[in-house]
Amino acid sequence: MPTPQIVMDRPPAVKEVHVIWMTTGLGCDGDSVSVTAASLPSLEDLVMGNIPGLPKVYLHNPVLAYEVGDEFMKHWYDAAAGRLDPFVLVLEGSVPNEKIKKEGYWAALGTDPDTGQPITTNEWIDRLAPKALAIVCAGTCATYGGIHAMEGNPTGAMGLADYLGWNWRSKAGLPIVNVPGCPVQPDNMMETLLYLLYQVAGLAPMIPLDEQLRPTWLFGKTVHEGCDRAGYYEQGDFASEYGSPKCLVKIGCWGPVVNCNVTKRGWMDGVGGCPNVGGICIGCTMPGFPDKFMPFMDEPPGARFSSSVINVYGGLIRRLRGFTNATANKEPKWRHPRAALTTGYSPRHYGGN
Amino acid sequence: MATTVIAEPKKRAAVGDENVVEMSWDPITRIVGSLGIYTKIDFTHKKVVECHSTSSIFRGYSIFMKNKDPRDTHFITSRICGICGDNHATCSVYAQNMAYGVKPPPLGEWIVNLGEAAEYMFDHNIFQDNLVGVDFCEMMVRETNPGVWEKALRTEAPHAKDHGYRTIADIMRALNPFTGEFYRETLQVSRYTREMFCLMEGRHVHPSTLYAGGVGTVPSIQLFTDYLVRLMRYIEFMKRVVPLHDDLFDFFYQALPGYEEVGRRRILLGCWGSFQDPNVCDYNYKTMEKWGRAMFVTPGVVVDGQLVTTSLVDINLGIRILLGSSYYEDWQNEETFVKNDPLGNPVDQKHPWNQTTIPKPQKRDFDGNYTWVMSPRWYDKRTKDHLALDTGGGPIARLWATALAKLVDIGYVKATGNSVKIRLPKTALKPEVEFEWKIPKWSNAIERDRARTYFQAYAAAVGLYCVEQALKEVHAGRTQTFTPFKVPDEAIGCGFHEAVRGVLSHHLVIRKGVVANYHPYPPTPWNANPRDIYGTPGPYEDAVQNTPIFEDNGPGKFKGIDIMRAVRSFDPCLPCGVHMYLGNGKTLKQMHTPTALMGLQKK
Repeated sequence: MPTPQIVMDRPPAVKEVHVIWMTTGLGCDGDSVSVTAASLPSLEDLVMGNIPGLPKVYLHNPVLAYEVGDEFMKHWYDAAAGRLDPFVLVLEGSVPNEKIKKEGYWAALGTDPDTGQPITTNEWIDRLAPKALAIVCAGTCATYGGIHAMEGNPTGAMGLADYLGWNWRSKAGLPIVNVPGCPVQPDNMMETLLYLLYQVAGLAPMIPLDEQLRPTWLFGKTVHEGCDRAGYYEQGDFASEYGSPKCLVKIGCWGPVVNCNVTKRGWMDGVGGCPNVGGICIGCTMPGFPDKFMPFMDEPPGARFSSSVINVYGGLIRRLRGFTNATANKEPKWRHPRAALTTGYSPRHYGGN
Repeated sequence: MATTVIAEPKKRAAVGDENVVEMSWDPITRIVGSLGIYTKIDFTHKKVVECHSTSSIFRGYSIFMKNKDPRDTHFITSRICGICGDNHATCSVYAQNMAYGVKPPPLGEWIVNLGEAAEYMFDHNIFQDNLVGVDFCEMMVRETNPGVWEKALRTEAPHAKDHGYRTIADIMRALNPFTGEFYRETLQVSRYTREMFCLMEGRHVHPSTLYAGGVGTVPSIQLFTDYLVRLMRYIEFMKRVVPLHDDLFDFFYQALPGYEEVGRRRILLGCWGSFQDPNVCDYNYKTMEKWGRAMFVTPGVVVDGQLVTTSLVDINLGIRILLGSSYYEDWQNEETFVKNDPLGNPVDQKHPWNQTTIPKPQKRDFDGNYTWVMSPRWYDKRTKDHLALDTGGGPIARLWATALAKLVDIGYVKATGNSVKIRLPKTALKPEVEFEWKIPKWSNAIERDRARTYFQAYAAAVGLYCVEQALKEVHAGRTQTFTPFKVPDEAIGCGFHEAVRGVLSHHLVIRKGVVANYHPYPPTPWNANPRDIYGTPGPYEDAVQNTPIFEDNGPGKFKGIDIMRAVRSFDPCLPCGVHMYLGNGKTLKQMHTPTALMGLQKK
């Protein structure tokens, strides 16, 4: 019998890959910080070549880089000019709408030598997207707009797919890859990068994504389906106050209609999470986040009915949850790249009417 | 490498030197958020000459929080920051507790303290040794000061037996990114400390289990065991780390005489206090002085080494938000939400309770408005000065205020009036130790960095105390972690806390049951702000200005390492995006380093 072909003996289809990680969307850098918490795999595992069969990875992330200033920005200019090839672009933070104002900037990185003005994040996206092998959006801001795209926001913020178009394809034919979460769950992000490296190496088929461009193996199930408190739900035994170990749906948990694996995976190496450890699920991985889940601490509208008939008919509940899940999987209508601010921005107004 | 600009002849004449060069680094890496530095350096006198500061990102929290349910505010404000979001969530909960008139059960408070202690342990650790540490690593020192590296090779580390590195060069080698042993170890430490955090607050960095009125964390015996075991690992680690950093930082004073001037500024420090004592704190504004002074890190304002106040009421009323160089409309004629505080004291229109934020995006103009950051100041009623307080990255201000106030005494930590003593019990491989942080001579880069290490030990010691207190509650059967509350139609609240890198306040006004006004002030606006209406520069500007240059490289290969050390000592955290611009002269000619791509001819 011939010796089987093993990864160890097979050079990757691509020898080296650069990762250009841009943190200058409207964000908090929480996704970069999050990946430093990852251990499955860790940053060291990827950067130091701890996994067989993969190309060598050069990470260019401002939170971790040795280089400063121009030495660091050189990679951005090289990537934009096609001199850094191939590269994966990671975007963190939502994309502001720079068309809704006369001048100035909402988000920028570096200075334009011709004008002395900052180079907007949107300009960098326009320069880099056509050259990227793939684009990965880290966290709910970059994927769908998130907190900074909340009703009443002044910047017209949106997700990258709203900006580039949901049907956008990279030069290698890949759709945008969305890894939502606020912040992104550490291992979810690193595992997605690992998958893409396998794909680039020629060791994996096209990354499987759902309609919202999420990896299906990470976001195919709901919070509730993975929650160790679901047994209380089944028994109709609900918490009426925070601090209770029982099911939290009556005090604000949206777990039954939210696509997320944190209740299964925990936050770090199985430690922490959300409803499994006493935190209501506020839907932070969802396109409809945050508006469709606010006020967070009220009982979700669908929960009252479904939790009262739990013992009667599970199939009906699944269908009802399907409707709510579909709504939560849509972004609010004000997230768009048109030259108009439609968020309800009104900085002096409060209190109804 | 920097973009290099030769100052135009006129400018050079004005400065009286032919060797004044404008240099910029944009972005500054190894911090959170985007920061750029634009300097004017006098290479003859080896000194930074001038400085302005500017921000590149605006998100508008104070605007989109209007009209929202006040109970949502800690979930929302957590998202301000991706490394210390939980500090925001906690501070927001404090402000909400005041507004709703609710006091969490003691166990809920101990759990929050334990979460926040873990945050300090994690965050200072990763910043100190994976971000700042790189400025002191072998690669960097060899590139910037080969002579210092040579000396490090020959210098025995005084505490070698405590940390295991024989020479200073061994320490520097261990700090090399990824390949350095200590670098990788600290990255791993940053993980289990975050697990400690997740035990208490659910997830890092935006917690899931915090609420006004308490926490949703289930207080099992296992919860505290899981925390304590990891904490003891960290304490053993600290017994190596504190002496290691003392050796490294002392070496810089020795190897580069005069290094105390790097990043030095007047002693103007603010600390808003951290760790509530549930036996004292009731979140009532009228008793705020009392419960503020009971915190396990004492609030205080330190001016020229003197403790001006420890009163949270004084601290609160003294806060002023000034414009001068920022992209906003003035709010002098907008609504006054809070005319008097609950004690009847008048509240200024420039106070966060009365701020109305109206953004005005515009071109960046270094002679006019050049930043999204406003200028927070503290009004000193003794002198009528609007003081540009800094936080020094957090720890130096916390330790300084706590030491002088001489109020903290929890067994593991004791403030003496001129120092803070930290006792750590025996661990697997190391005996009991006592560390003493003594008030330093300067507020400078090295002392900010040194204080960070000592505060890591301080946070661990507070963690030990809080585990003991929490277990007492559990053993006594007092396992409630949450107190129910109602949101009033009209109310105000304020929260004071220490974010990892320094002072944090949240000011909340509720009208008609919704948020009418909400203004958070994190540490970085205090540190990274521009010149205010009175022309007072912000702390970075001030600290970088007059920083001497010790780097061996001339303008051609200049790395700006001394400037980087000065800026990073403040632990910049700029998800609100701040750029620094140093130098206000026009440029005639620019020179570029080989890798510089940004600075093509301007004119």
